[in-house]
Amino acid sequence: MTRDTGVEHPPARRPPAGADDGVVFEARDVRKVYHMGEVDVHALRGVDLDLSTGEFMVLLGPSGSGKSTLLNILGGLDVPTSGTVRYLGHDLTEDDDRALTRFRREHVGFVFQFYNLVPSLTARENVALVTEIARSPMRPDEALALVDLEDRLNHFPAQLSGGEQQRVAIARAIAKRPDVLLCDEPTGALDVETGVVVLEAIERANRELGTTTAVITHNAVIADMADRVVSLSGGLVSNVRLNETSVAARELKW
Amino acid sequence: MSLRALDRKMLRDLINMRGQATAICLVMACGLATFVMSLVMLDSLERTLNAYYEGHRFPHVFAHMERAPMALRERIAAIPGVARVETRVVEQVTLDMPGLAEPAVGRLISIPERRRPELCRLYLRAGRYPERGGRREVLVSDAFADAHALRVGDRVRAILNGRLDELHVVGIALSPEYIYQIKPGDVLPDPLRFGVFWIPEPELAAAFDMEGAFNDVLCSLRAGGSAAEVITRLDRLIDPYGSLGAYDRDDQISHEFVTNEIRELKGTAVVAPIIFLFVAAFLLNVVISRLVTTQREQIAALKALGYGRREIGNHYLKLVGVILVVSVLLGGGAGLWMASGLTALYAQFFHFPVLEMHVEPRVLVLAAAVSGLAGYGATATAVRRAMRLPPAEAMRPAPPPVYRPTILERSGLQHLLSPAARMILRQLERRPLKAALSCLGIAMGAAVLVLGAFMEDAVDYAMELQFEVVQRHELTATFVDTRGPEALAEIRHLPGAGHVEPFRGVAVRLRAEHRSRRVGIMGLEPAGELFNVTDLDGKAIPLPDEGLVLSTKLGEILDVRVGDPVTVEVLEGKRAVRRMAVGALVSDFQGVSAYMNRRALNRVLDEGPRISGVFVDADPVAHATLFRRMKEMPMVAAVTLKDAALQSFRDTMGEMIMRMRAFNIGFAVIIAFGVVYNSARISLAERSRELATLRVIGFTRAEISMIQLGELAILTLLGIPLGLVIGFAFAWMTTNAFDTELFRIPLVVERSTYASAATVVLVAAAISGFVVRRMLDRLDLVAVLKSRE
Ligand SMILES: Nc1ncnc2c1ncn2[C@@H]1O[C@H](COP(=O)(O)OP(=O)(O)OP(=O)(O)O)[C@@H](O)[C@H]1O
Ligand SMILES: [Mg+2]
Repeated sequence: MTRDTGVEHPPARRPPAGADDGVVFEARDVRKVYHMGEVDVHALRGVDLDLSTGEFMVLLGPSGSGKSTLLNILGGLDVPTSGTVRYLGHDLTEDDDRALTRFRREHVGFVFQFYNLVPSLTARENVALVTEIARSPMRPDEALALVDLEDRLNHFPAQLSGGEQQRVAIARAIAKRPDVLLCDEPTGALDVETGVVVLEAIERANRELGTTTAVITHNAVIADMADRVVSLSGGLVSNVRLNETSVAARELKW
Repeated sequence: MSLRALDRKMLRDLINMRGQATAICLVMACGLATFVMSLVMLDSLERTLNAYYEGHRFPHVFAHMERAPMALRERIAAIPGVARVETRVVEQVTLDMPGLAEPAVGRLISIPERRRPELCRLYLRAGRYPERGGRREVLVSDAFADAHALRVGDRVRAILNGRLDELHVVGIALSPEYIYQIKPGDVLPDPLRFGVFWIPEPELAAAFDMEGAFNDVLCSLRAGGSAAEVITRLDRLIDPYGSLGAYDRDDQISHEFVTNEIRELKGTAVVAPIIFLFVAAFLLNVVISRLVTTQREQIAALKALGYGRREIGNHYLKLVGVILVVSVLLGGGAGLWMASGLTALYAQFFHFPVLEMHVEPRVLVLAAAVSGLAGYGATATAVRRAMRLPPAEAMRPAPPPVYRPTILERSGLQHLLSPAARMILRQLERRPLKAALSCLGIAMGAAVLVLGAFMEDAVDYAMELQFEVVQRHELTATFVDTRGPEALAEIRHLPGAGHVEPFRGVAVRLRAEHRSRRVGIMGLEPAGELFNVTDLDGKAIPLPDEGLVLSTKLGEILDVRVGDPVTVEVLEGKRAVRRMAVGALVSDFQGVSAYMNRRALNRVLDEGPRISGVFVDADPVAHATLFRRMKEMPMVAAVTLKDAALQSFRDTMGEMIMRMRAFNIGFAVIIAFGVVYNSARISLAERSRELATLRVIGFTRAEISMIQLGELAILTLLGIPLGLVIGFAFAWMTTNAFDTELFRIPLVVERSTYASAATVVLVAAAISGFVVRRMLDRLDLVAVLKSRE
């Protein structure tokens, strides 16, 4: 296991020269087709999307519209069938599995709808999973303090509520000080109040650490937090809305 | 935190599956233990044997004759290829041992005066070398000394050439010739009734009128010398002196037994570990596949966090590695422990100056390599699956398993099945391969049990056949020389003697083309009752009027079939050479034998109705007096008592069989329990959610236990009969593996063996079932339903 691969990857937070508003992600005509036996499922039918440094973007859309597929492709978890995805000018679609792994390790923080914590590890150890392989991580307890879980360090996931587990997942995602934070329905399984706590943690990462953030949600109210709201429908971007002012997570009501 | 988080996960996963991991470790350790044990014993035996042979000059060629002049020695030494020669006088005597009703047989071997023997040098365990001086000073073999608690200074009464004499024990010795000290013709050593003595040559020669002569010769070969050539030339030299034919090490009885044991160890080193490692590999495969399946989402998350394929792969390889390391330590330790026990047991059968357990590090390295191969071979697919798991895919919940209506249901019989029964059947049908393998694993447990008990069945059967059906007589008396019919009458008139039948035994060499074999032909009364030639089924083989009846094994060695001619070279008397036909082949279980009608044999030997001994049937009450009377007869060289032989067999084999049995039962229980417990755990893990749901909607504990244990019961009930069949196949394989010149094992498996094998597996299954039931009772409904599967 090598922490430092020695191979240079596009450095973090260094927008290409000339870009006044640094573009982190640049997706062009991204298509994704799943072959399910006889039928082809077109999950993405040609998506164009840019994501700028420090931006807070919310992805909306009906179920099956391709949100998770898009987010997974941006985060290097999946590769598109065609089209290009550039990360700071580097074409991710050219990368092999090894390069994508390094990309995820060095730049991306993921938060999943179902937390995906390792049940046999404590909160601190779950975060340590990331800090042990990242380049300049926080300490696990620091990251957990950011999500107000400093007193639950040694609890196992089974001993935490859903919201607490999701906060551990966020701590795990932000502990490496990622350049981008990608969250797939982080509040999907949570009630309003817990949802707000989780969103605050994400918001803090975005505002305080300057992490470029994309959040998938079914909840249109959450969209008010965003700088920009992108709606997907049938595998295509159907609408883009810029919010003049974004609402703080605390003020959200649904 | 010194330990990395991923390694902590690995250790906690292991602790979580400790029951299963333990079962796997135990099964694998069993395989490695037998592997290590046999290889260590093999090394120890071979090293000890070679060192002993080398250091004490074990000869390459042997020959016995009636009487050859000492001058022949020079000519033997001149045979090209011969390195050293030793000539000796060897005589058989009757011993009168206190505490033994029947006489024991002593073999007196001369040792040269004032020099060490050129060949077959002795190892003196106690005392000193005998000196000439008319005091009859002797060395006694340690086996006989131990059996009779003889010590230096003790005396042994013996009949030397018809005269009662006393032997003075001045030392206790071992010889490479008698590592396995057995009387020719016996199945097992009987140290109480057979002893070897070494006595200064002039004394022995004087007692048997052998001055200036010898009747036994030993030769060692120069490097590159051919035993076959030396034998041919030696035979030519000694032929006129009543030779029984020279032979090489392969026909030397002690060497034959030791090498036979070595061959069997080689078999054990392969067969047993294969069975265990197969089962262990299967269990590992199931458990690790299951683990990777359950941890699908964890693996995906780890990948999303930036862990690469290699790191994921290493993670699972490490987990398997811990199991393997524990197995190797456990199995290696147990193997060494078993080897040291076996060394002690061997010391009772094989008389070496020292038999030390010798552990080559190579053996342990090999054991580790074998377990690594089995373990990683079995888990490679699962680990590769973990490595290849596409992270995005795994973030989606796994599609629900595809169930189908079972064949039974499709055939319109669904109304016969309760919902619980349907769940069981669908589960089994959905994963037919896994169900089949579990079934096979359970079967292996039963099979190992059958295999273990079969050896005992076979030995019991062989003993019964030998002592109840073949040897119907109580006593056998062998005469010093051949006698006429008057000897028969003499024995018949002894008080207590019942039915008496004569026999004529003669040493011959059988030839068929270039193949030849030295054997004794046993000439039996055509309608005799006291010695029956039977095959392995106990079916009597009638003696043809003319022609030979040979052991099937002897037929194989000579490559002859019924009707084929063989050349019989008689090695005694007039040394006639005759061609005879093979009249019948008989599959017997011990040695290689040849039988004939006694009258026909007398004709072949061109002699009158001569006999070499008699079989006697006697009232048990009269045994003691009959023995005494018979051993007092000068014409009688030896008397053997069937009961005594049987008893000594039981004594020697008993312990060995008990130990083997204990090991086998232990092994089989571990296999059976390991497999049953593992399948139970796995299916519980696979269905805990389903079962918890059932509990929530109102099923009782008993009802969900039914579903869970029903599957186990079906697998067990299918596995047992399969295991009994496989066990029979193993037994058959064993009979083939043990098909040597010394022994053949009859393929006999008693019903009680099947019954006890089935019972042990059922008990193991019941215990596993009980453990699973307790886990079901403690099933945390909330936790199960809360967790995402
Ligand atoms: N691995 C896959 N194999 C086959 N089809 C897939 C796979 N992953 C996604 N799909 C299909 O692609 C389409 C888009 O899926 P995606 O998961 O991106 O939707 P989504 O917008 O995230 O929906 P939801 O809001 O329900 O999570 C769906 O029709 C889905 O069935
Ligand atoms: Mg989705």
